[in-house]
Amino acid sequence: MAPRTPLPVEAPEEAPVAATATTARGLVREFDGRRVLDGLDLDIAPGEFVALLGVSGTGKSTLLRALAGLDRQVTGTIDTPDRIAVAFQEPRLLPWHTVLANVALGLRTREPETAARIALTEVGLTERAQAWPLTLSGGEAQRAALARALVREPGLLLLDEPFSALDALTRMAMHRLVLRLWQRHRPAVLLVTHDVDEALVLADRVLVLAGGRLTFSAPVDIPRDRDRDRDHPALIELRHELLRQLGVSQEG
Amino acid sequence: MPRITDVPVLPQASTAPDRAAEHPVPVPPATAPGQPEQTQRPNRPERHRWHAWARLVSPVAVVLLWQLVSSAGLVSAQKLPPPLTVWHTAVSLVTTDSPAYGTLQGAMLVSLQRIAIGFAFGAVAAIGLALVAGLSRVGEDAVDPLMQILRTLPLFGLIPVFIVWFGIGELPKVILIALGTAIPLYLNTFAGIRGVDARLAEAGRALGLRRTEMIRHVILPGALPQALTGLRQSLGVAWLALVVAEQVNANAGLGFIISQATQFLRNDVILVALAVYAALGLITDALVRLLERRALAWRRGLLSQ
Repeated sequence: MAPRTPLPVEAPEEAPVAATATTARGLVREFDGRRVLDGLDLDIAPGEFVALLGVSGTGKSTLLRALAGLDRQVTGTIDTPDRIAVAFQEPRLLPWHTVLANVALGLRTREPETAARIALTEVGLTERAQAWPLTLSGGEAQRAALARALVREPGLLLLDEPFSALDALTRMAMHRLVLRLWQRHRPAVLLVTHDVDEALVLADRVLVLAGGRLTFSAPVDIPRDRDRDRDHPALIELRHELLRQLGVSQEG
Repeated sequence: MPRITDVPVLPQASTAPDRAAEHPVPVPPATAPGQPEQTQRPNRPERHRWHAWARLVSPVAVVLLWQLVSSAGLVSAQKLPPPLTVWHTAVSLVTTDSPAYGTLQGAMLVSLQRIAIGFAFGAVAAIGLALVAGLSRVGEDAVDPLMQILRTLPLFGLIPVFIVWFGIGELPKVILIALGTAIPLYLNTFAGIRGVDARLAEAGRALGLRRTEMIRHVILPGALPQALTGLRQSLGVAWLALVVAEQVNANAGLGFIISQATQFLRNDVILVALAVYAALGLITDALVRLLERRALAWRRGLLSQ
């Protein structure tokens, strides 16, 4: 973990924790001459839940892949916790391994199966441990993917629109589950999403990516004890601001 | 960092709303919730069993018609022996060791041995080459052009060259079968390896899998469905190659029975030998399909929907 450096773009009011879990400086990534990331800087404190918003094609997933070390063509400096886990938009479970084997895959702990079983219990999939992934519902598969990410005890959890393919009710259930798991394990989280309300419900801080840089950063200072009240005046104000930032003039 | 093993696990009841929310519309789920998947079998409706029997009706009708036409003397029994004659011929070929033909089962064993050896060599070479070409660029550049050239050569056009090179014994026959086996299996296995879902490979990298783990857990299982398709194609070509190869100076095997029968104008014997080829081909195909069902059991959930 690197020592904390001043925030160049985003300046939250309250001082974050002393150490910076994740730091990115001057990230540049081009696709066929088009700069998707253009000198991007990012800081995520340990245990902080950050949501990253941006319209389609602005490079949200590119940034996430860069942080995950999945993109070797990105330039700049990245400092992250040792253990990073990713959950993608699609569950990406290996269909030829059982759910349990998927969760245990690549675990370097002494008893990977036991750890995987515990993780599956945490996401409520105990009885589906021996199921083939193709027999799971969309929500179950995404929960298995979440278990597979969390069982690695990541210092940084990267979530790439993991709920966008789910129906509205399942998505709400998943939001509660993710919050519960985050509060228990306290990884830093970067949630990439295009859903303003999802960002507001889950995150400590919301960021907007546009033109290859983070153009907006604001804390969400509303207690998370219960489901955040959508009608809270501060949330309504922030929602309007975010929609304006995203180039959506009217709330829809 | 909090360890997962240190925290109390969730009580089961707290997950119930999540599960209920996942089936907001009454879509029949592939499996009953909570039931372990591996004990599930797709239960086929009664209708399907009748359907299987119904498919037998037209072939049986054709055989009956064939018997009637022959018995009525409408076609020459020598040109088209009736089914009953073919059956009796088959029985006598099995029960008597005739100087002209030997026994049917003896010939069958010789042919089976040829195809087994040729197929084994071809399959091992094909899978080995497909791994070399599929897992590295250098391997692809070294192996794939040669295989693509081989694939364009007409297999049976090679027979005269093989006779010059390898004589007229067992070797050219086995090589022809091996080559016929290797090409479809190589092409499919190579394509299967290269066609592995890039998103799964990325997920594997995100999980920190090592190269050997990637090959074992992601690439090989991902390539397996197409490799098995290639295996079935290979078997088909291998049987064809056997039949053709056995026409060349056969002194044993089913091909030998056919060439003998041709000289004695015994079409009934030829029909028996052809039926044996067909039956053996069917059996080996069924074996591969059984292998497919075992190895690709994970797809059952998908297919039964």
